[in-house]
Amino acid sequence: MSTPKISVRDVEKIFPVGNEEFVALGGVSLDIADNEFVTVVGPSGCGKSTLLNILAGLEKPTGGTALVDGKPVSGPGPERGVIFQQYALFPWLTVRENVEFGMRTAKVPGDERRRAEHFIRLVGLEQFADALPKTLSGGMKQRCAIARAYAVNPSILLMDEPFGALDALTRVRLQEQLLETWSKDRRTVMFITHDVDEAVFLANRVVVMGARPGRIVEVIDVDLSYPRDEDMRLSPEFGALRNRVWHSVYHQRQIKEPAQ
Amino acid sequence: MAVINADATRAATPRTRKSRTFLVLNTVSVVAGVTIWWGLSLAGLQFPSPAEVVAAGWTMIQDGTLVTDVGASLGRVLAGFVLGSVAAVLVGFVMGWYTVARGLFEPWIQFFRTIPPLAMLPLVLVLMGIGESPKIFVIFLAAFLACVISTYQGVVSVDRTLINAGRVLGAGDGTIFARVVVPASTPFILVGMRVGLGSAWGTLVAAELLAAQAGLGHRMQSAQLYYDLPTIFVGIITIGVLGLIMDRLLMLAGGKLTAWQENR
Repeated sequence: MSTPKISVRDVEKIFPVGNEEFVALGGVSLDIADNEFVTVVGPSGCGKSTLLNILAGLEKPTGGTALVDGKPVSGPGPERGVIFQQYALFPWLTVRENVEFGMRTAKVPGDERRRAEHFIRLVGLEQFADALPKTLSGGMKQRCAIARAYAVNPSILLMDEPFGALDALTRVRLQEQLLETWSKDRRTVMFITHDVDEAVFLANRVVVMGARPGRIVEVIDVDLSYPRDEDMRLSPEFGALRNRVWHSVYHQRQIKEPAQ
Repeated sequence: MAVINADATRAATPRTRKSRTFLVLNTVSVVAGVTIWWGLSLAGLQFPSPAEVVAAGWTMIQDGTLVTDVGASLGRVLAGFVLGSVAAVLVGFVMGWYTVARGLFEPWIQFFRTIPPLAMLPLVLVLMGIGESPKIFVIFLAAFLACVISTYQGVVSVDRTLINAGRVLGAGDGTIFARVVVPASTPFILVGMRVGLGSAWGTLVAAELLAAQAGLGHRMQSAQLYYDLPTIFVGIITIGVLGLIMDRLLMLAGGKLTAWQENR
């Protein structure tokens, strides 16, 4: 067996809250293979965003190790692209300038930056290349953020509830577009969400997390073939998987509630 | 039918129509104000009439005193304001970026902020003499203190997500500063500069009232000795008009620089 693309070993993250400790992650282990699409779903407070931030190098674990390509994560790096829920586009830059941002920091020469056009086209924003983010809708902003992440050519995409702030219809469209982009240009994806439908629709595997302490409750394989479309979303197989994930997310909360 | 047409026109140009109404109201208000002023002066109040003030202004333009005074005042205010803003932006950035600098600068800035810059004038006059430098210095102080806190606020309130977004795209500290922190704090700096300009202008006139051989404040001060009300009026109106023009120019430049902001 080859080394997993991402390997999380007993990762622990404890925040001090006043005099007490809040265990955001209590010993989480997870392997993600190259070009795999993994979604992480769980109730708020289960540490799913903390896990993503640790892999992105934006937070440090208080225990355990996070490995990418077999090397411990020591900070942000261009091989790991991150897409945030709040889009995080630079509002003073146009779509094109946003997409080029990472290439400029990597000192990619001007003519090679034409790759930016390719990624702008990939997410269908070519008509808005010179527009400022404030003129874009939420869905377009997130597509721009996806193009920006792709443009630095990362082998891993870490997505933190990227469609969480969008309306249901836009969300479904973007899910389909993301899968389309992903199948044309495969990367290893870890996608955080609180939406069970979304988790099942996108993933090879769904990781269900639980809160207090933040931990992995169950990993569910999604043996549905790509490309996936609307029909698949309505199929009984999809429904069965969705129910299983839903049960796994919901059931743990049932246990936790009386204890509080 | 007529109603529908009216609605359609309004929908087509709601902005221009609204701003035109606004402009008409502005004009009406100014004309009414001048009329009341004229009425009061005719009614025997010790006011010069608008005509007298215009005449006085015209004489002052022709003999060159107004131009000299405006030149002297503008020179001082611009020198003090530019120096103050540049220093404020630099210090504000350093304070926002380095905790050590914040700790060192903050007590002094907070302390001097509570002192009106004019209160420093006696000391500054003793130390720096009666030339241009003491006046420029107090204006500098006024502009600096108004702008520095605002720049600092801008730097510390830069959205963490934007900084993180820069970092995951491979940007180091220097790039984050130049390409994320500086543009993100521009709106704050501009607000600080506008307040600083108002503060500088106010300090200037008061400084000239106390110690100057030329300038609008000085002109009004000497007119007071001769009971020359029209000249005082010309001074007041010139100060107001110049302040307004400078503020609008700054707003215009600011609008261009921060056109990317969402809430406009």
